[in-house]
Amino acid sequence: MTGAVGSACLVIGLLTAIYATIAAVVGAVTGRRELVTSARRAVYCLAGLLTIAMVMLESAYLRSDFSYKLVAQNSSTDTPTFYKFTAMWSSQEGSLLLWVFLLSVYSSVVLLLTRRRLREIVPWATAVLGAVATFFLSLMVIFGQEPFARLASPPAQGNGLEPLLRHPAMMIHPPMLYSGYVGFSIPFAFAIGALIVRRTDADWIRSTRRFALIAWTFLGTGILLGALWSYSELGWGGYWGWDAVENAALIPWLLGTAFLHSVMVQEKRGMLKRWNASLIVATFTAALLGTFLVRSGVLSSIHAFGASTLGVPFLVFIGVVVCASVALIVSRLDSLRSEARLDSLLSREAFFLLNNLVLIALAVVIFWGTFFPIISEAVTGTKESVGPPFFDRVTVPLALVLVGLSGIGPLLTWRRVTAGTLRRGFLLPLAVAGVTLTVLLVFSDASRSLPSLAMFTLIAFVLAVVTQEVARGTSARRMIAGESWPGAFASLVTRNRRRYGGYLVHAGISVLFLGVAASSAFHTQRDVRLMPGQSTKVGAYTVTYRRPTGGIRNDRAGTGAPISLGAVLDFRKGNQHWTMRPSRNYYAATDGSGGAIGRFFSGESLSEIDVRWGLTRDVWTAITQPNLSKLSGPIRIANAKFGNAPAAQGLIVAALVARYVNYPVPIGFRMIVSPMIAWIWIGGAVVMLGALTALWPSPEARRRRATSLASARLGRELSRA
Amino acid sequence: MDPARKRKVRLVVALSAAVLLAGALVWTSFGEATQAKSPSQVLRAMPGRSYQVTGKVVPGSISRSGGLLHFRVRDRNGSASLPVVYTGVVPDPFRDGREVIVTGRMRGGSFVGERDSLVTKCPSKFQSQPGGKTL
Amino acid sequence: MDYALALVVFALAVAFIVLGPLRRPAQVEDPDATRRQALEAAKEAKYREIRDAELDHRMGKLSDDDFRTTDGELRAQAIEILRELDRLGPEEAADRR
Repeated sequence: MTGAVGSACLVIGLLTAIYATIAAVVGAVTGRRELVTSARRAVYCLAGLLTIAMVMLESAYLRSDFSYKLVAQNSSTDTPTFYKFTAMWSSQEGSLLLWVFLLSVYSSVVLLLTRRRLREIVPWATAVLGAVATFFLSLMVIFGQEPFARLASPPAQGNGLEPLLRHPAMMIHPPMLYSGYVGFSIPFAFAIGALIVRRTDADWIRSTRRFALIAWTFLGTGILLGALWSYSELGWGGYWGWDAVENAALIPWLLGTAFLHSVMVQEKRGMLKRWNASLIVATFTAALLGTFLVRSGVLSSIHAFGASTLGVPFLVFIGVVVCASVALIVSRLDSLRSEARLDSLLSREAFFLLNNLVLIALAVVIFWGTFFPIISEAVTGTKESVGPPFFDRVTVPLALVLVGLSGIGPLLTWRRVTAGTLRRGFLLPLAVAGVTLTVLLVFSDASRSLPSLAMFTLIAFVLAVVTQEVARGTSARRMIAGESWPGAFASLVTRNRRRYGGYLVHAGISVLFLGVAASSAFHTQRDVRLMPGQSTKVGAYTVTYRRPTGGIRNDRAGTGAPISLGAVLDFRKGNQHWTMRPSRNYYAATDGSGGAIGRFFSGESLSEIDVRWGLTRDVWTAITQPNLSKLSGPIRIANAKFGNAPAAQGLIVAALVARYVNYPVPIGFRMIVSPMIAWIWIGGAVVMLGALTALWPSPEARRRRATSLASARLGRELSRA
Repeated sequence: MDPARKRKVRLVVALSAAVLLAGALVWTSFGEATQAKSPSQVLRAMPGRSYQVTGKVVPGSISRSGGLLHFRVRDRNGSASLPVVYTGVVPDPFRDGREVIVTGRMRGGSFVGERDSLVTKCPSKFQSQPGGKTL
Repeated sequence: MDYALALVVFALAVAFIVLGPLRRPAQVEDPDATRRQALEAAKEAKYREIRDAELDHRMGKLSDDDFRTTDGELRAQAIEILRELDRLGPEEAADRR
């Protein structure tokens, strides 16, 4: 029943999306508003239908109904409930459903909010959103990615959620990423609408600004969550590997950042119209590309990791989007002419443009490196690939320039900057940066890594700029309104949310880069094999391997692993002393390998990292080379003797685990001391706070009051003129 | 300089900078790239050069001695296989039959993998797991 | 069987909701509504710019001369917008939101 209702929702949803698209277009062309209203309601219906479909699929997961193929493949009765719920989007089909569900909900919200505005643009925007929804729904309904597919003979137990995904960050990561990708479709749709009806002033930007910012925040959060997962779950201790899927999410985020800045120029001065139109098309295309890359296997095509059937439809869709958008922009070039010109290179407009160029350059180099296998094959005939050293080399200089610009931008004004303003603005921050540089050179070994030294100096500059701007603004408010310092600060921020939210974001990004630079250039890593009782040194710490540990069904991370085998490590430095307990979780093999008892040890085995978080440094440990060699004999005997006695298997496994603990063997550990790495996550949180500040709507009353005051003032002038 | 000329100069400067940077990008990427090959291709290729080998782990070929990992990797669609010797972090999904990528060069009769360069593809369709990349 | 039933139920529900507006007579609208809304939004944005410039001036980023020029320009633009709004005439109660 669940599947029937769910599938019906998808089919009717597809028809509804098609109707919405057609009705919106006809309504736009003929001017019949009732058709546009009808199309908007169709989008609301689509959101409702997809909500029902999601609920149906989730209920199948939560009931562990293995007659559904997806549930059997991605869940099991012993998967913890939280992961049963989130397993819904760990599959191809489920994640497509999540994508189009988010699209329908966001579209409904934006259409609700703009139902009495932008009357010429909204119909076309509705049509675009309907068309995108149609594509994703057709993938599920027509191209075979059916979420509610059933199995003829349901298994008694499912495969369980992929153990690597059993981490809270990894489960929230897809909804965040998709909210980002989907979010950018809103300004894209409105841009297309604005181009079609040639209303290319800042109106469409003003109405979709919040959606773009929300999308940007979600996408950035999703990317950071992925990095956090990599650091705290995978066994290599890093948070960013320049892997194709990581880059695929970063590129639209970079383009989105550029877009958020350059639309301000269009709002203020009516410039960069062609630029913004092209940029939002590029951002949305990159978002589609990101969605496509992760699931198509095309990039891993040099390694040909099982390409799925979705590659071609996606590429065709992306091709259509790009070609149609470019054709539209070219045909509207005349209505995209700038209303003003760049007066001076020392102006906010010029620096926003420069910031855009750097961000786009970053996106281009990352794109180049990611797609290099395909590029090189086209050029030289052999597939070649580039790795992290390439990416680091090309992105670090650009990142330095970007951070520098983020400090200079707030000091400039529109149109042009006078020498006096420059002096007054730059003096203090430059001094702070200079002092920081000197202190670092004299009192630390930061000069070991010149890029890091440069980054630290620039970060000091940016933070000084932000502090200066906030301080000067607060004191200016005190002059105007005579408030106390805290009161003036509060009213400054609440009355200028966009500006100060933006400054907070810049500060957050700087802090994030502080974490990145410090942890990359100055970390200490040791890979070592130890027997219990042996010690080694990592950085300033002495580490002793005390003893192995073993447990049944008590993995600390709550992933539902049957067996956890770990180690107790003592860390000592001077008076500090603490214990760390990295371990490995073992999940039973689902393909029958290993034998009745042995399968508990021969399935997926995952590192459970132990990290000691700290503001000045993190200590990270993992068991990288587990050693079950002494158990292979006993396991063979156990398979033979107890293979047919399921009731005894629990006891036997427990006995084997106890044997592991009592007869230790050398184990390989990796230990990393990373200075200031926690500041990456702290910086990310500050960025989110800044974005939230910039997003927060100003209260109606205050606006109306200011309006009436201002209009009264203007009215007085009007009568005088 | 009148505004129109100023704009032209700026455009020329910007374009030249772009061309230079693009050139630098192309130069760096082609200079630093490693060729990707399947095991059969590596067996036939020039020894001594660094390659990135992709293939499947031959079941039953995994063994560990000291800190070294030994296994054989074969073509995805074929049987030609290559013995590999590797040190460094072994990604969690590494097992018999999984698809892997390892970078290194032929020495003696074995493919010696660079430290921490082993990548294993997760069996379900999402991302691949980096084995160990030093920052 | 379930499937066919669900299809029919959902199709009817959607059709009912979606075709509703088509059955009602077309509403008479204020033809200037779009223009008025666009002007209102532009007015708000212009007021924000005026406040921003004043803040910049008080903070010392804008010199007195620059501020006078900028402020004058912005206010002139705002007056233009207000004039256009006046020309469109008073808003009808039905369209106010």
